[in-house]
Amino acid sequence: MTQSWQKELIQTLIVALMLMYLLPFAINTFTLSILLIYGMLGLSLGLIWGFGGILCFGQAAFFGLGAYAYAIAAVNIGESTIPLLFAILVPAMFAMLLGAMMFYGRLADVYLGVITLVVTLILFKFINSTAGPAYVIGKARLGGYNGIPGFQTLNVPGSPDDYIWGDAFYYVCFVALVVVYLLVTWLLRSSFGRVAMGIRENDQRMSLMGYDTRARKTILFAIGAAIAGFAGGLFANWAEIVTPGLFSLGQSAEIIIWCIVGGLGTRLGPILGAAGLAYLKFLLGQQSLIDNTLITGLILVLFVLFLPKGIVPAVANLWAASFGRRPKNSRRNVRRARGGLNG
Amino acid sequence: MDFAVVVLVEILYAIASLVLISAGLAVVFGMMKVINLAHGEFMMLGGYVTITAVNSGVNIFIAMLIIAPLVVGLIGLIVERLVIRHLYGRLVDTMLATWGLSLFFIGIATMIFGNTTTGISSPIPGFSIGAYQVNGYNFFIIVVSILLILGVLFVLKSTRLGLIARGAMQRSDMAAALGYSSDRIYMMTFFVGSALSGLAGAVLAPLVGLVPTSGGAFIAKAFITVVAGGPSLVAGLLASSGLFGIVGQVFSFSVSPVMGDVAMLIAAVILLRLLPQGITGRFFKGKL
Repeated sequence: MTQSWQKELIQTLIVALMLMYLLPFAINTFTLSILLIYGMLGLSLGLIWGFGGILCFGQAAFFGLGAYAYAIAAVNIGESTIPLLFAILVPAMFAMLLGAMMFYGRLADVYLGVITLVVTLILFKFINSTAGPAYVIGKARLGGYNGIPGFQTLNVPGSPDDYIWGDAFYYVCFVALVVVYLLVTWLLRSSFGRVAMGIRENDQRMSLMGYDTRARKTILFAIGAAIAGFAGGLFANWAEIVTPGLFSLGQSAEIIIWCIVGGLGTRLGPILGAAGLAYLKFLLGQQSLIDNTLITGLILVLFVLFLPKGIVPAVANLWAASFGRRPKNSRRNVRRARGGLNG
Repeated sequence: MDFAVVVLVEILYAIASLVLISAGLAVVFGMMKVINLAHGEFMMLGGYVTITAVNSGVNIFIAMLIIAPLVVGLIGLIVERLVIRHLYGRLVDTMLATWGLSLFFIGIATMIFGNTTTGISSPIPGFSIGAYQVNGYNFFIIVVSILLILGVLFVLKSTRLGLIARGAMQRSDMAAALGYSSDRIYMMTFFVGSALSGLAGAVLAPLVGLVPTSGGAFIAKAFITVVAGGPSLVAGLLASSGLFGIVGQVFSFSVSPVMGDVAMLIAAVILLRLLPQGITGRFFKGKL
C-alpha cells in the first residue's frame, strides 16, 4: 500500500504543479480561483455520494454555512485564520448533528433527500428573513437578503494587514484543493474509506459484519460538510460578500450536476465536472441567445439518460479500450455508486 | 369572534392549497414511485398557459379548469415518452432527470415570457367578515380542492380504470400478466398527474405574481406533503396537508409568515424522523 500511495502522491503533485503554472496562461486567475473553489465543493459531494452512497440534496447548505461562518467570524475577529477554521468546524458540527439525527433514525432513500433539501430551505428562508437590526451575532449583522459585505478577507496568518488576493489567492486555492484532494485520497485508502465503500454497496452486510454503519455514515457526512464549508470560506474571500443565494436549491442542484457529469465514484470527476461546467456557465453567461438554465437542465437530463456514469469513467474506459491495458479497478468504481439509494 | 372565523378560513385555505399543489405529485409518486421534481415547473407552465389564454380572450374559468390541465398534461405526456419511460425503477435517476427538466422548463419560460412578473386579476371579488377583509377567491380554491379529492376518490373506487390503476399500483407484474400493459398505465398516470399539476398552477395563478422560477416555491411544500403522507394516496394527502396547513397557519398568525413556512418544514423533518414511512405508513393503513 505504501508504495502505490507514494507513487500516486508524487504523480498528483507533479501534475498539480504543472497545472498550477500552466493554467493562468489560458484563463485569468480570478476566474480560475472560483473554478478551484467549485471543484472543492464538487469533491465534497463526490466523496459522500460517490463513495459513501449518501445523496445529499443540501450540500449547498454546508457551503453557505461555511461562507457565513467565515464572514461572521471575520467581522468579529478582524483577521482570517481563525474564521477559516470556523468555516470548517461549523458546517462539520452541523452535519454531525443532522447526520446523527438521520442515520440513527435509519432514514435512507428518498427520505434522506427530503430532509437535506428541507433543511437547506429552512436555512435559506431563515437567513433571508434576518434583514432587521435584531439579528446580530457579535458585531456582525446578518443582513437578510442583502447578505454580509465588507468583512476582513484572507490575510497572511498573524498579520491582518497583509492581504492575500489576486494571483496569490489563486495559488492558495490551488494548494488548498490539492491538499484536500490528497486528504480525500488518503481517507479512501484507509480502512475507514474502504468500510465506507462497503456501506455504499450493502449497508446491511456491513453492519452484520460488526461495523457501526450509523456512526461511520455520520462521520463521513461531517467530513463532506467540512470540505464544503472550507470551500464556502474560500468563496466568501473570493466574492467578498455572502448572500442567502448560497443556500439556494439552484446551488444544490448544480453541485449534484457537477458530480453526475464528472463521474461518480471517482475523485477527479466531480472536480473536473465542477470546474468544467462552471466555466461553461461563465462562457454562456456572455451570450444572451439561449438561457443558461435551459442548457444546465438539458445537460443533466442528457447525462442521466445517455452517460449516467459521467465523463471521467467513460474516458477512462475509452482509454483502456483503445490502449489495451485495462486498469485493475475500473469496474469497481461507479457501477453501484448510486445503488445505495435505489434500495 | 370574527377573527376566529378569519383564522379558520385561512387554515382551511392553507390545507386546500396544500392538497391542490401536492395532488399531481402524489398521483405520480403513489402510483409510479417516481418523484417528479419538475412538478413545480408544470404548475408554473399551467399558470402561464392560463395567463396567455386569458389575455387572448378566453373565459378565465375555461382557461383555468380545461385548457391549462390539458396543455400541461400533454407536455407531461411528451416528457414521459421521451425521458421518464427509460428510467422506471431507478428512483434517484428519475429524480435527477426531472430536476434537469425543471431547469430546462425554467429556461424555456424565461426565454419566452422573460424574467418579469406577470399575473391576472382574481375573478371573484373579496368580501368582509366583521372588520376583516377576506379574499373570495380563497373559497374557490377550497371548493376546487374538495372536488378534486372527491373526483380522485370516485375514479379510483368506482370506475374500472381506477380498479386497473390500483391493481397496477399494488402489483404491476400481476396487472401485466392479466393483460394490462403497465407501460400504458404509467403513461396515463403521468398524463393525469401532470394535468393535475397544471390545474393547480392555473388555479393559483391569480393569487401569485408569476415568474419563471415560481415553481421552486411549490416543489418543496408538495414534496414534503407527499412524502410525509406515505403510501396511501388520498388519506395520506389529506392527513399531511391537514397537519402542515394547521402548523403553518398557526405559526404564520402568531409569529410571522416566514416562521410559518419554517415551522412547516421543521414539522416535516420531525415527522419523518418519527414516522419514516409517512403518516399512512403507521395510521390509516390500507385506505386509499
